[in-house]
Formats: sequence, structure tokens, C-alpha cells
Amino acid sequence: MSIQSVVAPATMHSGQIAGDRSGRARLVIGALCVVLALTAAFGVSSGASDASAFAVLKGWLLPAGAGEAVLSERDRIIIYDIRMPRVVMGMLVGAALAVSGAVMQGLFRNPLADPAIVGVSAGAGLGAVSVIVLGGTLLAPLTAVLGIYALPLAAFAGGLAVTLTLYRVATRRGQTSIATMLLAGIAIGAMAVALTGLLIFVADDRQLRDFTFWSLGSLAGATWSKVFAVGPIVVAVLAVSPFLARGLNAMALGEATAAHLGVPVQRLKHVAILLVSAGTGAAVAVSGGIAFVGIVVPHLLRLLIGPDNRYLLPCAALLGASLLLIADAVSRTIVAPAELPIGILTAAAGGPFFLWILLRRRGILDL
Amino acid sequence: MIEASTVGVSIGDRRIVEDVVFTASAGEITAIVGPNGSGKTTFLRALTGDLPYRGRITLNGREVAAMRPPEAAGMRAVLPQATQLSFPFTVREVVKLGLMGGRSGALAGEAERLPERALAKVDLDGFGGRFYQELSGGEQQRVQLARVLCQVWAPVLEGRPRYLFLDEPVSSLDIKHQLVIMDIARDYARRGGGVVAILHDLNLTAMYADRVAVMSHGRIAAAGTPRDVLEDRLIAKVFDCELKVGVLPAGGVPFVLPQSVAARL
Repeated sequence: MSIQSVVAPATMHSGQIAGDRSGRARLVIGALCVVLALTAAFGVSSGASDASAFAVLKGWLLPAGAGEAVLSERDRIIIYDIRMPRVVMGMLVGAALAVSGAVMQGLFRNPLADPAIVGVSAGAGLGAVSVIVLGGTLLAPLTAVLGIYALPLAAFAGGLAVTLTLYRVATRRGQTSIATMLLAGIAIGAMAVALTGLLIFVADDRQLRDFTFWSLGSLAGATWSKVFAVGPIVVAVLAVSPFLARGLNAMALGEATAAHLGVPVQRLKHVAILLVSAGTGAAVAVSGGIAFVGIVVPHLLRLLIGPDNRYLLPCAALLGASLLLIADAVSRTIVAPAELPIGILTAAAGGPFFLWILLRRRGILDL
Repeated sequence: MIEASTVGVSIGDRRIVEDVVFTASAGEITAIVGPNGSGKTTFLRALTGDLPYRGRITLNGREVAAMRPPEAAGMRAVLPQATQLSFPFTVREVVKLGLMGGRSGALAGEAERLPERALAKVDLDGFGGRFYQELSGGEQQRVQLARVLCQVWAPVLEGRPRYLFLDEPVSSLDIKHQLVIMDIARDYARRGGGVVAILHDLNLTAMYADRVAVMSHGRIAAAGTPRDVLEDRLIAKVFDCELKVGVLPAGGVPFVLPQSVAARL
């Protein structure tokens, strides 16, 4: 039985009009808001210390004098300076990765497009590593001017370079070849990894430690300054993405038909490419190689609410944020008191998931 | 009114369409016929603004190349030969994409259920909840026509006619649905809109088209009413095929038969 057949009957029941899934999509958005609030509260309240979100709430609600008594100084630091930035960064990274994935899939008209799979993350990684390794020497002027934004902007530039190249190579006369896209992604990714390797080769010990930590994919290094560095970029991506939704829907019918429907296709493509690069760049800059969020989240949501980007994009942001917080909670507890890099977790779960999609869609992929 | 004067279109270095003069009026079905590779689709893609062209093409007096996509979308809708969909949209969701420009011109009361009405028109009543990708080629083609109809539902908007461009609208359809679709086109024209359709079936062309343009080697070989254009020597020459054109006794509608069949009658 196909995926579609499983979904179809439920579709008929939920909306009054057959084939209209917007009512269900709105319900899902509401539910995902609740899920995100719960996972965020859990993320703030759980951990090696027993400082809890409940205590934080009490601290806020009670008058100043009483609040001090509820929350010790140590707990304050744990909650406000360790857990909160980590939770906020997890939400930003998860939302950015999921939305970037969904937009890229719409742009390439293919559910298998994902920034991590087609080398955009590798390009962003190259940008980030350049700043980590060369930030004190060759790129010193850049880091001096841009400050904390140097890392995410460099990652954005790297991701943008890859996305643009990929689009040029894989698209001919408005048709994107899936096979070319995936293969070009491998080639471009390999080049980015090679350059990254070269940078690691010349890195010193401290930089090497920074890099290793970063490359495994982790939220462990979260600080407020990192949150402030990528927050504006991610918020901008999330704010702009809804404006692409209708255009991306039309793009599913092909570029020519989208234009016939009144979509300014060239502008849409340019904005989408910028968005994917910025979202991926921001996420990669602070959290390293967290793969598969961009493909798993939109795919699950399409099964649930359909491919309408007007609902898919906000849902992807919410589910991506929640999923990353859940993964982070697992990575913190599964080998406690040590921490598993979250990238290992998402790859371990996302890899088989990707294979599963491939198996189900083998016919459509048409390599 | 659609007017094209001395239009040329090249793809890469190849000149596909050369020196074409063409007009299509509101209130009429204008058919473009011609053998495979004669440049019909390429010319249509110039008319719809998909391809750059030399010369002039105007829609209601506006140069096609100078129109921005939203303006053009309010003036005409385009049915391509076939449409592959990359995500599991329902039929209703596909049809509703036709409404995204907000210029359907439907009355306030009609607008809400327009996708259902359009689907009923193309004989797909009750298909709204089905998945597009699970339909047959002919059904998909009719879904796309329903989407196209939603886009320019009112044939005349704000006193100006609107146009349907149909690239082989019936080639994947059974005979009943060929007639259903051609009746929709005729109705659209009768109510003041314009229809330009690439057709392969010369008999369907003779029955439905008000005017016919015959393309051959990237040029217009003949243009006029079906009765003027569909005659033995021209058709046989353009299609490089032994054909016999007769005329139906009632109404004087021409019909085309292979010579081998006609000889036996």
C-alpha cells in the first residue's frame, strides 16, 4: 500500500471539502506549538542539576525577595546561562535546518533535496572552519569588522556558493535534474571537505579542538553570545519563508506553469537560494554537522498535512525546533553524565529514515 | 485580440519559428495545426511569454515580453501538454493553485466552491480528495484544465477579454472527454474569451475551430476558416501524407480521411 493510500481516507474525514487539508494543518500547527513549549520547558528543567523550570517560574512570579530563596545562585547560573541559551539555540538550529530543507525541496522540486546531503552544509562548514582556523591571521580583518557575526556569515557565504553552483549545474531550461543535483552535490561536497581538510592540516592544537567539537554537531557550546550571533539570521529566515510559500507551491507544477500562474520565478529562486544558504549557514556555524533534520521533518509533515508550503514551512520550523530539543535531551541523558554529540544521534536516526524514503519512492526518483 | 507580427523564435542557435504573422480574436477558437516539429509548441511558448522572441506579440494591446508575470496571469491561462507533480498534492489542492493570483473574476458567491465547479466541468466531480499522482494521464490533464479554468474563470474581466492557451488539450483523452474539453473551449469563446489551441486531430479542428493556422517548417503555411484552409492539396503537402478532404453534407464541415480509405468509399 502506498503512503498516499494510507493518508487519503483520513483526509476525507477531517475537512468538510474533499481534498482540503487546511483545517487539519491548522490543528497540527497548534499541536506543534504545544509540543515545542513542552520540550522547551523540559529542556530548561532537566539536566544533571536538579534546578527546575518550576523553580524558575516561581522565581519570576514571586516578589524579588522571595524569588532569591527559591532559586540558589548556582541554579540561576545553570538555568539562565547554561540551559536557556542551549534550549534557545536548539530551537533556532532545528527551525533553521528544517525550514532550509523544506525550501530547498520546493526549489528543486524534489523531496530528497537536503542541505546536508547535497553539500550545502559542507560548504557552510568550509566557511566556518576558515574563520576558526584563519580568523587570527589571514581573515583577521574580517573577524575584526564582523565580530561574533564572522562565523555565521562565513558559513552563509560557503553555503551560498555551493547552492548557487548546484543550481547552475543541475538546472537546464527550467528543469532540475535530480540525478545531476545529487551527483553534483557529492562532487561539490567532496571539494569543500578537501579544502576543510587542508585547513585542519594547518590548524594548531587549540583550533583543532574547536573544530573537532564543532564538527561532531553539538549544542553543548551554546552561549548567549552565539545565540545573538545566529538568532537574527534565523529569525530573518523564518520571517521571510512564509512569503515564498505560495510561489513554491506553484513551482511544484514546474517553473513554466508557476510563471503562468503569475509567480515571479527568477526572484523566487534567488530568494529561496539565499534563504537556504542563510538558514543552513547559521545552523552549521553554531552547531556543526547536524544532518537529516532538513529532510526528515518536512517529509513527516507532508505525510501528515500534505505538501502545501503555507502550512508546511511553519510546521517545519516548529517540529524542527522540537525534534532538536528532544534529540538534545536524549544526547545529554543517554550516556550521562557524559554527553553524546547530537549530530551522531540525528545521523543514526536520520540515515535509516532516508533509506526508507528512498525505498518507498524508488520509482519516482528515476535515476 | 492576440496579434503576432513577424515573430521569430530561436532555441540556442536553431531558428524554430520564422516570420510568423498570426492573429486570434476574442470570441473564437483559433486552432494551430501542423506536423510534429513544425514549431507549434515553440510558437505557443512565445505567445505565453515563456520564450524570448523577435518581432511583436501583443495581448489586448500589451507587449507580451514587457508584461510582468502577475499581469499576464490575470489575462491568460496556459495548459501545458503534461504536468508532472513532485509532491503528493490532492486534486483540489492542484486546482486551487489556479486561484493564487486572485483574478478568477468569479462572483463572490461562486468563489468559495470554484475548484469543485471547475472539476465538475471537466467531468471529475468528486475527485477533489484523490491524489493527483494516482490519476491516469487523461485525468491529470483534465485536472490541469480545471486549474487553468479557475485562473481565468470569467472570460471577460473589467471589459477585457481573457485567453486560454491550450497545448494539445485532448491528445491523451478518450473521445467523450475530447468532446467535453472542446465544448468547454467553445463555451469560453462564446462567452467572449479567446482560445488558442494546438490540435492534432484535423476533424476535431474542423468541428470546433473558428479559425485555423497551419504551421509548417516554423512558418504559417495557411490561415483562415476551416473550410478555407482544410483542402486536399495544402493538407496533403504540409503533412506529407496522402489525404482526402470531404465536406459533411449538413453544415458544410470539412472532414479528413486517409486517401487509402477515401478511395474505397
